[in-house]
Amino acid sequence: MLDLLSGFVTELRDAGLPVSLTEHLDAAEAIHYIPLEDRTALKYALAATLVKSSDHWRAFETAFEVYFAHRTLTEAGEEGEEGADGELRESAASGSGDRPGRPGMSGAGASDSMCAEELAALLYRSLLIGDQGLTSVVARQAVNRYAGMEPGRPVGGTYYLYRTLRNLDLEGVLARLLEEARNEAVGGGGLTPLEERLIADEYQARIDKLRQSIESEIRRRLVEDRGAEALAKSVRKPLPEDLDVMHASRDDLAALQRALHPLSRKLAVRLTRKRRKGRKGALDFRATVRRSLSTGGVPVEPRFRHPRPAKPEIMVIADISGSVASFARFTLHLVYAISSQFSKVRAFVFVDGLDEVTRFFEGVDDPALAVHRINTEADVIWIDGHSDYGHALRVFNERYGDSVTSRTSVLLLGDARNNYHASEAWVLGELQRQARHVYWLNPEPRDYWGSGDSIVDEYAVHCDQVVEVRTLRQLERFVGELT
Amino acid sequence: MTETTASRAAALGLPDTGPPRFDSVDDVRARLADVGYLSDESIAGVVHLADRLAKPILVEGPAGTGKTQLAKSVAEITGSRLIRLQCYEGLDESKALYEWNYRKQLLRIQAGQVSGEGLALAADEAPGSSWKALEEDIFSADFLLTRPLLEAISADEPVVLLVDEVDRVELETEALLLEVLSEYQVSIPELGTVRATRLPMVFLTSNNTRELSEALKRRCLYLHIDYPDLEREREIVRTRVPGITDELADQVARIVRSLRTLELRKAPSVSETLDWARTLVILGMDSIDAASARDTLHILLKYQTDIERASKELLTAGS
Repeated sequence: MLDLLSGFVTELRDAGLPVSLTEHLDAAEAIHYIPLEDRTALKYALAATLVKSSDHWRAFETAFEVYFAHRTLTEAGEEGEEGADGELRESAASGSGDRPGRPGMSGAGASDSMCAEELAALLYRSLLIGDQGLTSVVARQAVNRYAGMEPGRPVGGTYYLYRTLRNLDLEGVLARLLEEARNEAVGGGGLTPLEERLIADEYQARIDKLRQSIESEIRRRLVEDRGAEALAKSVRKPLPEDLDVMHASRDDLAALQRALHPLSRKLAVRLTRKRRKGRKGALDFRATVRRSLSTGGVPVEPRFRHPRPAKPEIMVIADISGSVASFARFTLHLVYAISSQFSKVRAFVFVDGLDEVTRFFEGVDDPALAVHRINTEADVIWIDGHSDYGHALRVFNERYGDSVTSRTSVLLLGDARNNYHASEAWVLGELQRQARHVYWLNPEPRDYWGSGDSIVDEYAVHCDQVVEVRTLRQLERFVGELT
Repeated sequence: MTETTASRAAALGLPDTGPPRFDSVDDVRARLADVGYLSDESIAGVVHLADRLAKPILVEGPAGTGKTQLAKSVAEITGSRLIRLQCYEGLDESKALYEWNYRKQLLRIQAGQVSGEGLALAADEAPGSSWKALEEDIFSADFLLTRPLLEAISADEPVVLLVDEVDRVELETEALLLEVLSEYQVSIPELGTVRATRLPMVFLTSNNTRELSEALKRRCLYLHIDYPDLEREREIVRTRVPGITDELADQVARIVRSLRTLELRKAPSVSETLDWARTLVILGMDSIDAASARDTLHILLKYQTDIERASKELLTAGS
């Protein structure tokens, strides 16, 4: 068991979680006190001792599911689980009609036992009554039938998940369930919008549950096929702060959004404290002499002036075309969340046209709201809606060039993929002469810079620094250094 | 298994503290339920472990999910006294650990000057030794003002120590806690080390406004309390709001769940859910319709933009 735990801890460390030796020891001690056959208890015991941040929960959970998917602490526990499974399936099958129960078939590559119509009917039923046992049976059957899993094939679980879900047509089922609910309520005067919404959310929650159990079913089979260590590598979920912003899926984006809020708050607190406690100012001669009178004219305790570090002015110019939109959104959010650290923040967004969006942030407490409005309301299309850095820069220089002063830091956000338009890099040169600093944040991996239509190198000569910012962690570090 | 807390106590050099507080995870759950706190697997599991391992629990989670209440409930079921240290920026050791009662010390010295001189002469003692005696006297336990941490350590009866909102203190102040949390002792230079006679149960809560130091996290078990799922929230409403019908409790829980899926500035917390449910009961409602929901939404949501958004999404047709 201790070896198993050590392996698990190593896996967590590989996934980026900081697990210290003491925590490892605590976990080893903790597992003495939980009932061995109880997987849930094991999970919470390990979580309590090894994972010390809620952001890391998702990574932990994935690792746990993979690592302990098939291994429980004792063999007895495992058998108990399997036995319960068979029973469940039987009772579910007999409960849903005259279908014969077929216990004992599980594992990858088992032949399908239900035809498509039967499965669809069972799916519908399980969602309608929301029964946990039935749901897991449906998940099992669906994976059997649709995932088409082949042993030894080196693909991640996402591919199988996608195949299964596409075949189940959950949206269609949801629509049918809602239709049914509406029809039922016709007698009682129909559904109010509130009721309808509540019912829809209920079904949505059930569907999410089904999805999760399909996911874990697929994972379980992959582990059977390839073994935990191999799989753990391929399904490892990066921590939110290490997610690649540009290639984040919808779920990832939601995780990022959640991580961003506390991150920006923490950053703001840290910077305020840094400012308050920062380096002492110059010697205050007058106050020192004045104070020395109490020690008979000996300046025992020198006094210093309060430091007044200059707050920089920030101008953010962000590409919000499709490819880098989410990156721009996060950066704007973060910059505005700590806007009290700057004397002034102005934001501009462009695709091939350019628009100032500072107004969206004014008088709004929540940067997320403003960022949302930018995406819908800003006027950024000039001709065809493909990024044109050259034109955007020229427009910026014409309209706002005068307000760039020696106290301004200019931040450019984008991948500099210019669709083969003219680069107009000289404009950036002009800006650099006027501004205090010009930074370019590029969300692409450094290796891709300069490939294809990326012209970041042309701009780079006019920038003080070009930074690769692909994750929240990198973004946080950059913004922290900016002030 | 019963020797566990005791062996940990022995490792720390403490006198035997008796049997563990809980028999099993289910025992924790059942007893918490008796005092009206509905826990789940993870909460009960961690509380149980904390007792066995004699480790503090660091509780994180959104505001209003019952973090502080958990500590209070545990105090209640174990029959312990709750000692609470509310953290804030600028908290220092004289507020958290102990302080010398210098007024009393001053009085003692002055009293010694008035009556003591005669005594010293009468006993024919050297002035130095009388000073020494005086010093020993004024730096004794009588002149010590105990603050929550020291109080929790030195208490004779069973205690639950709650360090509330620990993320509010500065990083440096956190260090004050470390000795108490890992060794259950407090060092006072003039007096020596005060050790716990009984292991207190310690809860730390945090709203996650900043990252806590690794040193602190390492010493604690971590528990994240999130918003409860539908079933648990319904049960919470049913137990905490007397006189509510099952139907209303169900509706309340479902509406709140739907609200939490919206992107709001501040999602409704459990305590706000309870307030809302109580309001509905006081207003004498058996079920919620759109109109009554709209009228009472301000109890659940605290921002005007959130209220507008919620009523638009939930209560208007065609959403």
